[in-house]
Amino acid sequence: MPARRLARGEMAAGARAVAPIAVAAAAFGASFGILARDAGMGIVAPLVFSLTTFAGSAQFAVVSLLDGGGAVATAIVAAVLLNLRYLAVGVSIAPALRGSRARRLMESQLAVDESWAVAQRDGRVDRDRLVGAGLVLFAAWFGGTATGVFAGGALGDPADYGLDAMFPALFLALLAGQVDGPRTRTAAVAGALIALALTPLLPAGMPIVVAVAGAALALGVRR
Amino acid sequence: MSSAWLAVAAVGAATIAIKAAGPLVFADRPLPRSLAALMPLLAPCLLAALVVSQTLADGRALVLDARAAGVAAGAAALLLRAPLLVVLAAAAVVAAAARALGAA
Repeated sequence: MPARRLARGEMAAGARAVAPIAVAAAAFGASFGILARDAGMGIVAPLVFSLTTFAGSAQFAVVSLLDGGGAVATAIVAAVLLNLRYLAVGVSIAPALRGSRARRLMESQLAVDESWAVAQRDGRVDRDRLVGAGLVLFAAWFGGTATGVFAGGALGDPADYGLDAMFPALFLALLAGQVDGPRTRTAAVAGALIALALTPLLPAGMPIVVAVAGAALALGVRR
Repeated sequence: MSSAWLAVAAVGAATIAIKAAGPLVFADRPLPRSLAALMPLLAPCLLAALVVSQTLADGRALVLDARAAGVAAGAAALLLRAPLLVVLAAAAVVAAAARALGAA
């Protein structure tokens, strides 16, 4: 069946396109596993986290906020706010997904920033490329997490290796990929300034949550 | 339930729901315009807040320590368009070196 062969071809194309990013995702997954275990999350919780959440920045945020002594509620709120952008991603992929509700539910979970970016074709989302890229990234992320969780315990204190500086460097790199105009730049600057100003005033983690107001401020800026 | 499991359960359930909402609920109804405009601004805003707080905050104190040196190195690597892994390695190595040289 030609249509079916074509679909498989697009899935493979998505998988190929995302392969270099998948190498980085596996390394990230490993550092997530190491840091999560070091933060006292144990072995199973980080693995379940990577299986269910599959969103690196939110997972790193939870680990770093819990490790930094923040309350669990602030870690949850910050992670959920970080992931709210997937509401918009979900709306944009909605027309591309077909089949039963269960199938669309499963496929929607494969949408992450990188698979979504790779799936763009002619101004719309290609379902097969999204699924192909998403599956490769998911395998890399989960496999990396497992490697980090099981191997990381032998490494000792991550601060000795400067791994605690990798968190903000990672967020900075992710931020660089998100800033694409005056609006996003204003949102970033506002978020940074609010977090900085509130750090001495609020318990750990809370400034991050309040900083989300910076996004609303940026709505007043022209695109 | 430990705080780790509480966070995993809550964030996991919320993320699955957030990702599925578009294809299952909003498939025929677009988001309100103001909300749709806000969505792409949340991530840059929160990521920037995470960068400054994890580089400079120590509890409620603002400090310049080995992390700041590491993040500065990572930023320099980013500006040179280095691959992500190089950016992270630069941050880790410089922070570790600064710490070994006596920075807190």
